[in-house]
Amino acid sequence: MRKLLPRLLLAPAVLSLLMWMIVPLVMTIYFSVIRYNLMQPEETGFAGLENFEYFLTDPSFSVAVVNTLLLLGSVILITVLFGIGIALLIDSPFPGRGVVRLLLISPFFVMPTVNALLWKHMMMNPIYGVLAQVWLFFGATPIDWLTDFPLGSVVIMVAWQWLPFATLIFMTALQSMNREQLEAARMDGATYLQQLRYLYIPHLGRSVAVVVMIEMIFLLSVFAEIYTTTGGGPGDASTNVAFLIFKQALLNFDAGVASAGALFAVVLANIAAAFLIRMVGKNLDK
Amino acid sequence: MANLRSKRSKYPPALIARTAAAWLVTLLLFFPLGWLMLTAFKTELQAISVPPLLIFTPTMENFSIVQERSDYLLYAQNSFITSVVSTILGLMMAYPAAYAMAFFKGKHTKDILMWMLSTKMMPAVGALVPVYVMAQSTGLLDSRTALIVVFTLSNLPIMVWMLYSYLKEVPHEILEASRMDGATLWQEFRLVLLPLTLGGLASTGLLCLVLSWNEAFWSLNLSAAKSGTLATLIASYSSPEGLFWAKLSAASLMAIAPIVVFGWFSQKQLVQGLTFGAVK
Repeated sequence: MRKLLPRLLLAPAVLSLLMWMIVPLVMTIYFSVIRYNLMQPEETGFAGLENFEYFLTDPSFSVAVVNTLLLLGSVILITVLFGIGIALLIDSPFPGRGVVRLLLISPFFVMPTVNALLWKHMMMNPIYGVLAQVWLFFGATPIDWLTDFPLGSVVIMVAWQWLPFATLIFMTALQSMNREQLEAARMDGATYLQQLRYLYIPHLGRSVAVVVMIEMIFLLSVFAEIYTTTGGGPGDASTNVAFLIFKQALLNFDAGVASAGALFAVVLANIAAAFLIRMVGKNLDK
Repeated sequence: MANLRSKRSKYPPALIARTAAAWLVTLLLFFPLGWLMLTAFKTELQAISVPPLLIFTPTMENFSIVQERSDYLLYAQNSFITSVVSTILGLMMAYPAAYAMAFFKGKHTKDILMWMLSTKMMPAVGALVPVYVMAQSTGLLDSRTALIVVFTLSNLPIMVWMLYSYLKEVPHEILEASRMDGATLWQEFRLVLLPLTLGGLASTGLLCLVLSWNEAFWSLNLSAAKSGTLATLIASYSSPEGLFWAKLSAASLMAIAPIVVFGWFSQKQLVQGLTFGAVK
């Protein structure tokens, strides 16, 4: 009984997740070694490693890997730096702090497709967009964001969405700072920079780890922002691995090649996961 | 004099500077969303006027046009049903699992937890082709059932983690005491655990509602006109209708308003929950 009960309680979650993982994985492995194009049903048979070769030697592939890492890295960097900055700024009370909190968190609840179209049209349109007007106001030539800086534009959209999340985590962490210690440091004449260096930043270490981990989970597979704005273009300029696989599967109808790519993405994610899990595992024991 | 001094100490220059800076940053970050709200009440001509209009007579016509032209209510209903049902199903599977791991800690408990988290790190796109093929062959393509199943499973690891982080805070002695008194498993849950973990249960549910409501990858790939969620409705405005900014804004506002307002009320719990209890 002592053994049976926990197993019974665990079973639904564990078994369904196991199915969710293994069934697609086995199917993906199978699809990746056969010729399987949804548009050419007569093309069948064992393909060996052809699909892998095709996907990995596709010039888009290396671009997509670099874009994935760039997107992930820049969004994490932006959200952590600005998140800490804003959290420090609103840490102690000031008039309207409650409203500020509400307004700051709002972008986090905006669905990716709305986020993407809002920025694509109303902010970044080179003629009517707000940013173009701001540029004109300062006498500069408006930028055609999505054409000239496609990946940068996607970074802005995604960072806008995730900055509130990082800010709120850091804010929560700051609330648990040892106030007496801070007070003592101030009494002893520690400058704000010294307080930052020796008190605030060390205190935030753990929450930085949490933010990086959670953002990695969600940002390795950014999709909707690219799908609704640039469509991965121009060329492959804003294609990440997730979007490249999608293009192979549902635009080129080549399920075989897409599956080979998917396996690669799984390997990539596992490397990231192994690294992250070690990090979280340490935190879990505390 | 005394009065003056107290006034000065109430609003020192440093506080004024900090307040101004905080509000400036906040308004800058909120601006895109505020602009979306304004544009939703403009006519199409006002929406693209140069320079942008700040003051205008608001119109409500965009909202009725959106409903008429693209059947907003159908998509809203799909969003609502898929996110609520998947959240409930997820909680029903995650709570017992988290309970078992928190109170019957075994050798493999930690491994199971880590393994669950690692499934969440699998990029969804890795499963796209198989899930698409399965949905197609079972006739579930473009059905709410398919979305519910996928949402539940993809949120399940996070739900187990969050509930686990709340349940492991419950002191074992309380449970043992109730067992001594002969409480059944159901009574233990209903009378002891539920009241103690209600906050955690709420934040977990809230987060999953938000994640499912905003989910775009699976809904874009698995659903269309019949079971499409609001995320897909908005994506359909991408082009060429995206050129009608006022209508796009109205549709967007209608798609995000429920969940943003909902998020405002629950933000504190949401964020704390998302850190898996690692940040307090």
